[in-house]
Amino acid sequence: MATQAEHSSTNRRDFLYVATGAVGAVGAAAVVWPLINQLNPDASTLALASIEFDVAAIPEGQSVTITWRGLPVFVRHRTAAEIEEARAVPLADLKDPQTDEERVKEGHEQWLVMIANCTHLGCIPVGEAGEFDGWFCPCHGSHYDSAGRIRRGPAPANLVVPPYEFVSDTLIQIG
Amino acid sequence: MSEHSTYTPGNSVEKWLDDRLPVVRFAKEHLMDFPTPKNLNYWWTFGAILVMCLGIQIVTGIILAMHYTPNIAMAFDSVEHIRRDVNGGRIIQAVHAVGASMFFVALYIHMFRGLYYGSYKAPREIIWILGVLIFILTVATAFMGYILPWGQMSFWGATVISNIFSAIPVVGENIKQLVLGGFAVGNPTLNRFFSLHYLLPFVIAAIVGLHIWALHVPGNNNPIGVEVKESRDTVAFHPYYTMKDLFAMVVFMIPFAWFVFFAPDILGHPDNYIMANSQVTPAHIVPEWYLLPFYTILRAIDFNVLFIDSKLGGVIAMGGALVMLLVLPWLDTSKVRSGSFRPMFKWFYWLFAINFVALTYLGAQPAEGIYTVLAKVCTAYYFIYFLVVLPVLSRIETPKPLPTSISESVLGKAHA
Repeated sequence: MATQAEHSSTNRRDFLYVATGAVGAVGAAAVVWPLINQLNPDASTLALASIEFDVAAIPEGQSVTITWRGLPVFVRHRTAAEIEEARAVPLADLKDPQTDEERVKEGHEQWLVMIANCTHLGCIPVGEAGEFDGWFCPCHGSHYDSAGRIRRGPAPANLVVPPYEFVSDTLIQIG
Repeated sequence: MSEHSTYTPGNSVEKWLDDRLPVVRFAKEHLMDFPTPKNLNYWWTFGAILVMCLGIQIVTGIILAMHYTPNIAMAFDSVEHIRRDVNGGRIIQAVHAVGASMFFVALYIHMFRGLYYGSYKAPREIIWILGVLIFILTVATAFMGYILPWGQMSFWGATVISNIFSAIPVVGENIKQLVLGGFAVGNPTLNRFFSLHYLLPFVIAAIVGLHIWALHVPGNNNPIGVEVKESRDTVAFHPYYTMKDLFAMVVFMIPFAWFVFFAPDILGHPDNYIMANSQVTPAHIVPEWYLLPFYTILRAIDFNVLFIDSKLGGVIAMGGALVMLLVLPWLDTSKVRSGSFRPMFKWFYWLFAINFVALTYLGAQPAEGIYTVLAKVCTAYYFIYFLVVLPVLSRIETPKPLPTSISESVLGKAHA
């Protein structure tokens, strides 16, 4: 019996060796995880609840920048010409195809609400600039159109529309 | 250049110590009597200059940390407090800030020295790779240090660079939040960068130790790239190279001191004297000059390649530029080390050096017009040099005849 156990390629001792090592590795990972997880956004950062903002004060053709979760957010009151221009663009021309309707709330087409960080590397694009009557990011030369869609330059995606809704005719709630 | 004990304890105290901790023996063998090729030129003094630079940054940095406050409300003011109120603070802060630039001047010269003289070739691959790791860690340390004054360039530099992580598919956004400790650069970011900025120089110092350890196995390369063959090819490190290095350090300190005393801010950016504002991006974000070549490569990729979008492409290109350095010992397979004996290599090498300067220049220019075209051309040559030129030259180039030994090259054939 004993002789057979000695000759077999895996014996009880090997099993115990591997099992102990595995349990030890799991234990080490369990200790390391909180040491890494502490780097994640903390409770006070996550607690930045939704904000409300009254858009009524923004005249047509102007925009404001507000702060949500530490990020700047553009709220733009678009002109009819800008909306028309955005809707006339064929989807085939877009790097990140999205219709203008998908980027605004129905019945509030003049309001464009977007996180103001360029989707390339996070700079704040300059408004009413660039070659598509939208935004131009001075950092690396991305052009966005009047719907905040990427048209040219290194940015991979359209400016991000945060989750928001119209609570009343002019009051929006972001987040 | 293996172990060759030249140390005999001079008295009973030294003997007692030597039997227990042979630290004096170690110093004598590695810092004094170490046999060093006798034909090293001044490009070889930058290793010692870099050790001095690291020492200066650590000493001034520890002092600055005694007066600095890593909090977004107070950081900017605390740096101004150091510059205006702390005794000697305006000089100590300037030495640290200018020191970072001088560190990179020496670092780039040291690396280009290695590139020209083939110091990365067998049996010195590990020395070279450790050196690249030191370079990468130094870049990380300098980058995090630039965040600490919490000016506009600090903030937006951090924003741009941390967004690099968000280019990683699927988990990118989560990694970015893990790095920043929030949805955007903020107080948690400043705190952790300060902690790491204090830690990394000591990690660098440890790797420098390994770098020198690895160097002391095969010994130094030299300008002709022919290995040491006999003891008359070498001289003792002390006093011959300690004095030469010391002289080079003194010369290096002249421009260093000029910057500190007469133009402490000239290498910085005026926007960094505006406190960080998360609502306003400066019209023109530029990293510190020493990061510009890699920054140009990052933003040169503004087009999609197959399924890789332009953003991820830029990040891959920038990372790839560093990977080129890591695998360099296996790309250049020419048996001749020194560029002095490689007639074709020389041309491509100097073109590479000029191209690197051009990448630096382009990184400071706006991303428009002719600059974006030139950035693509220069980025292309950077990679072509490593991936095409070096492997092809290794096959087709006929090198010039090598001297048989260091002594022959130094003394001329008549004496050999």
